[in-house]
Amino acid sequence: MSGGARSNRRFFAAFLLVSVLVAAGLSYFASSHPDGLEFVAEETGFLDRAEDSPTAASPLADYTTEGVDNAWASGAIAGVAGLALTLGLGGGLFWVLRRKGEDDAADADEDADGPVTAGSR
Amino acid sequence: MHVPDGFLDAPTSIATGVVAAGAVAVALRGARRELDDRTAPMAGLVATFVFAAQMVNFPVGAGTSGHLMGGALAAVLVGPWTGVLCVSVVLIVQALFMADGGITAIGTNITLLALVGVAVGWLVFVAVRAILPRRLSSVAPAAAVAALVSVPVASLVFTALFAVGGTAPIATDRVLTAMLTWHLAIGVGEAVVTALVVGAVVASRPDLVHGARPALAARRAETAARVAAATPTGERA
Repeated sequence: MSGGARSNRRFFAAFLLVSVLVAAGLSYFASSHPDGLEFVAEETGFLDRAEDSPTAASPLADYTTEGVDNAWASGAIAGVAGLALTLGLGGGLFWVLRRKGEDDAADADEDADGPVTAGSR
Repeated sequence: MHVPDGFLDAPTSIATGVVAAGAVAVALRGARRELDDRTAPMAGLVATFVFAAQMVNFPVGAGTSGHLMGGALAAVLVGPWTGVLCVSVVLIVQALFMADGGITAIGTNITLLALVGVAVGWLVFVAVRAILPRRLSSVAPAAAVAALVSVPVASLVFTALFAVGGTAPIATDRVLTAMLTWHLAIGVGEAVVTALVVGAVVASRPDLVHGARPALAARRAETAARVAAATPTGERA
């Protein structure tokens, strides 16, 4: 495989950084227009059937942080909190589900070709 | 396309809840085959990215917006079973903490975005990949087509659910036309984002892209054949 654990860590860190920049930066510029479903519901006349979520009182409801007045900071904090929850829940689940101590089949095949020492690729 | 509480009646919501629970249960089994020490962290990060990307609504004209659903993206990057779980985790966090998407509607949202989005995304991806040359450069375009198709199909399934269990008596053809039109447009955005992200990961770490495995295996075989041909007999270890 191309580069070992250190290269994996670097790629994963970069991927996480991109997500943080999207959630805490780019999201500030998101369109505030209704999404496709909401727009159609309004247009065809069933938007009034929508009920408030039981979690509407959550401190992070609607991607805003309760008690934070600055619009950017409010969205960024809620966004990053959401990322942490997703990474914790998803990452934890996937870590538990994984086949332990194995790499994928492709690497197993490659290893069978001979001893591939770290850094030889 | 996060469905709030109240759009669908209780029987329909319960039915989609059962479908969603079944899909997640099957995905929990299937994902074991897709996840290892290296792909498990990748899957967690893909879910995280989908959460982030869903915060960014892009305008699609006439006062409407859309955001990434992420089903095709997750399926191509980490495999379909794990993809179902990625999108489900995102939807659960959104419903519980962000009040985005209803609570009684959570089964509906998992059915639409995680099950339909990923299943259609993966099947279309595999079909397009089979037509294109077996190269790494085919992965992002195939993912884009899959993403483009997955969004309007999910909107079709919502329309069908609304026709069966909608809480307002709206003519189905009106809902259908409007849903399809807007979600075709949103599908274009889905395709662009999916192609950019899949393309970037394929360019930097193709070994971490589930959908790139056949292309990567073909490239390795080609390289091995070339090395074997270029190496004089006896010198090869």
